[in-house]
Amino acid sequence: MTNHWKDIKNADVVLVMGANPAENHPCGFKWALEARDENGATLVTIDPRYTRTSAVADKHLQIRPGSDIAILGGLIRHMLANDLHHADYVRAHTNASFIVSGDFGFEDGLFSGFDEAASRYDKTSWQYEMAPDGFVRRDMTLEDPRCAFQLLKTHYERYTPAMVAQIAGCSEEKFLEMADIICSTGRADRVGTIMYAVGWTMHTVGSQIIRTGAIVQLLLGNIGRPGGGINALRGHANVQGATDHAIVAGILPGYLRVPTPEQATLQDHLEASTPKPLVEGTVNYWGNYPKFLVSQLKAWFGDSATAANEFGYQFLGKQDGDATWLSIWDEAHQGRLEGFVTLGFNPLLAGPDVPRLLQSMSRLKWMAVIDPFLLDSAEFWRAPGMDPAEVQTEVMYMPTTHWIERDGSFTNSGRWAQWKEKAIDPPDGVRSDTWILSELFWRVKELYQQEGGAYNEPIQNLTWNYLNPREPTLPELAKEINGYDRATGQLLDSFAQLTADGATSSGNWIYAGSYTEAGNMMARRGTDDPTGLGMHHDWTWSWPLNRRVLYNRASADAEGRPWDQTRAGIAWNGREWIGDVPDYGRTTPPGGPGAFIMTEEGVARLFSSALADGPLSEHYEPVESPTTNALHEAVAVNPVINWYDGVRETLASEGDDFPYACTVYRVVEHEHFVTLNVPLLVEAMPDFFVEIPEGLAAEKGIENGGRARVWSKRGEVEGVAIVTKRIKPLMVNGQTVWTVGIPVHWGFVGATRGSMANLLTPYVGDANTRCPEFKAFLVNVERAEPLST
Amino acid sequence: MSMSRRTFLKASVAGGVGISALGFDLRPAYAAVRQLKIRNAREYKTVCPYCAVGCGTIAYVHGSGGLNTTNTIIHVEGDPDSPINGGTLCPKGASQMQLAISPRLRKSPMYREAGSSEWREVDWDFAMEWFARKFKESRDNTFIEQDTQGRTVNRTNGVAWVGSATVANEDAYLITKTMRAMGLTYIDHQARI
Repeated sequence: MTNHWKDIKNADVVLVMGANPAENHPCGFKWALEARDENGATLVTIDPRYTRTSAVADKHLQIRPGSDIAILGGLIRHMLANDLHHADYVRAHTNASFIVSGDFGFEDGLFSGFDEAASRYDKTSWQYEMAPDGFVRRDMTLEDPRCAFQLLKTHYERYTPAMVAQIAGCSEEKFLEMADIICSTGRADRVGTIMYAVGWTMHTVGSQIIRTGAIVQLLLGNIGRPGGGINALRGHANVQGATDHAIVAGILPGYLRVPTPEQATLQDHLEASTPKPLVEGTVNYWGNYPKFLVSQLKAWFGDSATAANEFGYQFLGKQDGDATWLSIWDEAHQGRLEGFVTLGFNPLLAGPDVPRLLQSMSRLKWMAVIDPFLLDSAEFWRAPGMDPAEVQTEVMYMPTTHWIERDGSFTNSGRWAQWKEKAIDPPDGVRSDTWILSELFWRVKELYQQEGGAYNEPIQNLTWNYLNPREPTLPELAKEINGYDRATGQLLDSFAQLTADGATSSGNWIYAGSYTEAGNMMARRGTDDPTGLGMHHDWTWSWPLNRRVLYNRASADAEGRPWDQTRAGIAWNGREWIGDVPDYGRTTPPGGPGAFIMTEEGVARLFSSALADGPLSEHYEPVESPTTNALHEAVAVNPVINWYDGVRETLASEGDDFPYACTVYRVVEHEHFVTLNVPLLVEAMPDFFVEIPEGLAAEKGIENGGRARVWSKRGEVEGVAIVTKRIKPLMVNGQTVWTVGIPVHWGFVGATRGSMANLLTPYVGDANTRCPEFKAFLVNVERAEPLST
Repeated sequence: MSMSRRTFLKASVAGGVGISALGFDLRPAYAAVRQLKIRNAREYKTVCPYCAVGCGTIAYVHGSGGLNTTNTIIHVEGDPDSPINGGTLCPKGASQMQLAISPRLRKSPMYREAGSSEWREVDWDFAMEWFARKFKESRDNTFIEQDTQGRTVNRTNGVAWVGSATVANEDAYLITKTMRAMGLTYIDHQARI
């Protein structure tokens, strides 16, 4: 989240799209209700289903799964055609005025630079045009046809209400009603927020859906402001923190980059990773990248990291190409991955195309599963349809502690790192994650010392200065993450103190300030709220530097006056910025550097060359779609997604009979799979079910409470039929489209058992993140016979 | 006879006296308020383990807290001080004590041999010996010091680590630090899927 949970109460309009927080984040969602009830806000939902969030919303728009960019593109067109955007904000705080290369273009579904053979874009033509002074050329009138604002306007011109309706299956009138509500915040005295979740990310165009949402919010002037922002609602207690600390392919803690093979030296890596300012005087905070990386290497390799050995840069593995989930399991599918370790996770139920995943798991030599519960993943060798005798994979299951048996911090969606106290001891026989990891580290290190083996200098030189090296305490680790002045041994207060010469260490620069000489900031429980905006700066600690709203310089105009005095993020009082912890220097007067300190432009990007699939977004159909692409039939799906071997054959194709759209979701009683171990929740929601629209059910002879079978090209599920009014048939491209809904929570090991939703889903991911397309695919449906009693 | 609230109360008091005349003095029993079950419990401020709203919770624990005592969790409720949830919890959060003490929690490592259809309980020394041995073997088998173009890469693509979005930040950091030092690049967690 750019903002945080309680901040939602400050909004005038709350758009929930690609999320269902009333069901999946109930206690956070109450701030949306607070906005509605106390602030007169309008709450709206856009979703393929009439959700529990829709049930308390002022207005709901039902759309076809996978049509999000059409809707958001339609919003952009609507606000620009009717001058509903926040013009002063756009001019001051975005790259609307930046001139783009004359070679940029878009035609028949493809941006300029498409390399068909490689299925990728050459981004040269997406770059800005540079002036002789070495900085970007700008046109502050925003009239130059090659400025980002005009390119944006032209690009989305095609997203007329009629086109939106044709693609998404809604009516033009209902879309326009919705558009007017959302676009009503394009003024200084109004502000709107977007709440989204995996309903946006889990598509082959997921990153571009989110970017389009960000463009909408920038045009409306809603980023950086209390009550605004673009807010990802995360689904596990510490998804945010595990991402910040980079249990993630391609990044190191604090969003630093994993070195690549062409970056032979530390210098090469730093040059490639440290952006140069594109506008004179911009803060360009990533310009400090060398300080962050060198301090991290010092935290990891301590005295073994010196200027002479590039601070241990060569100790880091250099990654070539993608290393995310789909690629990992593809490597296993091809028989090249030997071992797989999973901790606090149930991969078999979580990944797409379970039949393929079972094949991949069977080709591993070994698997280690570390979790408080015995998971379906640990027992994949006896999953339905598997013959254990044929699975040669060795499996070790290790029981570990869970949250209440340990202290440590969780970072919530709003970036608040909240320290928790240990309440009870683990049962005899159970070990902590930290113990298991330390034991693995020491035993591997000792085996290398005894026997030698592949390059193991990084293992031998890894810093492990903990009081009990076989089980470090979490406060020790929290301090290492925060960082030290290595000369004095004092904990740092801020990442501003970091240096690139090895004098400081910090395991994760964005957490610098979380555990200082004044104590553990994450353990604070102060409840004061002097701003009245719900910022609560004394309650735990948020990254970065306890800032509660990211990009908060943009909450004020060019002169430092809040756009809205009643909801001031920060304000310039003539001497300093007051309010939230400012992202601009506390005493830097307004009028200097641009508001968006993290970008080399100093402003936010309406037009950006950062993504793989276009500097602006475009509607592409899901890889399995019930219809053609109404904008460009020849380029129906995202042209730069990666196709793993054999995957095209697992998709519905011409002549197959999979006429219905399908989407997956959670219910309030369950959190993925772990709740199948909780008796009360199992009792409350015991059975797998299939949600089928009334008309379709009637056509198929399926009764409410009866049973239905749903199958895709990859697998099939069967369960109780819930015949619903919550999903209506939609008229898409002149034909009726039905959508079926499937909950994700069941497997074959829990206290209650049921079909795995991912038996159905396709093995294909977003062009940037490779987040799989769980949210839109094709199935067929039929009545199933009642279970015999 | 119609009875006002006042006369009813008077009658009740008279009745009470009458009963005590039978040899029971019920006044202490009337006076005693039932004790809350959390009365002697210690409170721990923690955070809900489910979604990422981050609801503040209070865990109530019985037991002296001494090193040789067993602590028992008796209740978990929303923390009314939390500016996020203000004491509220959803159905999952409200039943989290059942997660904490679920009878399905496991207490011992288990090993499944290749081709076997059964688990076998093993001790931690066996488990960790196996784990370290397999990890090193696969790392050694698949380690790449230089790629086909002769560039130093120092990585293994033969072992993957996945998870978790459910561990504390401090463990998440230690996982990344250790696995990157081991040369793994196949590292991912729930944020992807």
